[in-house]
Amino acid sequence: MMTVIDINPLQLSFAFVLVIILSFCAFAARLGITKKLLISAIRTIVQLSLIGLVLEALFSTSSPFWISMMALAMLLIAGREVTARQRRRLTKGWSFAIGTTSMFVSSFTVAILTLTVIINPHPWFTPQYAIPLLGMMLGNTMNGVAICLDRLHETTWQQRRVIENRLMLGHPWNEAIGKIRRDAVRAGMIPAINAMAAAGVVSLPGMMTGQILAGTSPALAVKYQILIMLMITVGSGFGSMISVLLASRRLFDQRERLRIDRLVLNDPD
Amino acid sequence: MGTGSLTITNLSIGDLKNISLSIPPGEIVCISGKSGSGKSRFLRAIADLEDHEGSISLGTTNQLDITGHQWRQIVRMVPAESEWWLDDVEDHFPQPPSSALLAEVQLNKEILQKPVSYLSSGERQRLALLRSLYPEPKVLLLDEPTANLDDSSRESVENWLVHLIRQQQLPVLWVAHDQAQIQRVADQHWHLEQSQLTHIGSQ
Repeated sequence: MMTVIDINPLQLSFAFVLVIILSFCAFAARLGITKKLLISAIRTIVQLSLIGLVLEALFSTSSPFWISMMALAMLLIAGREVTARQRRRLTKGWSFAIGTTSMFVSSFTVAILTLTVIINPHPWFTPQYAIPLLGMMLGNTMNGVAICLDRLHETTWQQRRVIENRLMLGHPWNEAIGKIRRDAVRAGMIPAINAMAAAGVVSLPGMMTGQILAGTSPALAVKYQILIMLMITVGSGFGSMISVLLASRRLFDQRERLRIDRLVLNDPD
Repeated sequence: MGTGSLTITNLSIGDLKNISLSIPPGEIVCISGKSGSGKSRFLRAIADLEDHEGSISLGTTNQLDITGHQWRQIVRMVPAESEWWLDDVEDHFPQPPSSALLAEVQLNKEILQKPVSYLSSGERQRLALLRSLYPEPKVLLLDEPTANLDDSSRESVENWLVHLIRQQQLPVLWVAHDQAQIQRVADQHWHLEQSQLTHIGSQ
């Protein structure tokens, strides 16, 4: 196995200098994103450095309790992110609850299946495998769920009169919102499907590139990448379906009335 | 499931409180009132599209005995502005209306093949009335059903509707602004103002 070349902080700071040059150009061009760009770059450095420390500690203990706590924290943060990315969200914390539940059911099930049936490390929750796998599953499922819930809520708002007219004609609630639901699930699944179609031809996926940089043979890295991409598609696909199913039901009450009052505009950033 | 009189007992929705009304089969109850007085909301409550208090029943069937969509399959509301969600007119009909039925509202068969975007507001209103007959309703709640029609179509649509209502013995709530139309069609006339529903007269 090749030795990986270490990067020292001074070398890393060179990359940051390039970001500062970019932000200077953005400022000169009056793009209005300079502050956001710098804050995001600093957040990346701080967040990844912290997670590096956490992972180092986690890998050394291999305690199921701490691995579960880490997984739970990742899930809750992803749930918050799903809610924040919607232009209109469900009231009373339902967007968070539905986002978190659908990500939990899809990402965790697929990650555990992948660990126990396919990769099969000993023990199955070995953090070196479990945490990165869950992280990738959650990150991509989160994107899918956020896109499809945003689409579902926005289109329902725009087409509320159409839905109500269909209800007046005696259509059941799931038929009245059927097309909107299908479009929302499709929108949530498309990023994962596009990523599979472009993999290796247009883009070299990040995990595979990382493994190759870390000295893994390309053949093995490719096998892991194929596995991850298939599982990501499965996770975000089921996550999208579950979240749209739950959220669309919440948009109607027991009497199958459209409850547009259950949607509110999200606070702007 | 559910035929007979439409009976509304102590209905409260928004500012409207404790409204009671009974409409026998084949009778038309016209409701007039200023814009914003709550006429459409009153119809929406009867169609069970908004949360409300009180009891509504058709014959021996209470609204709460059946699901929301089962109730709306027999109690049909036709809004003032109809919505269309597919490209062509005919796609909105479970089965195409006959040429004779189309002729009753001064339309011809070719209109079914038209894209919805080509329709005038009057054509939309007449087609929405025809569309509301599928599946066959037991009650009609009409929100200004002839508001977008010119004089000649208004007369023929009005005559067709009254004939249909009498023939099929449907209890009907008909929101109208036109006093002459109310005179022509109403068996009972009620006026809604400042959250009060007042009985104006019966024929």
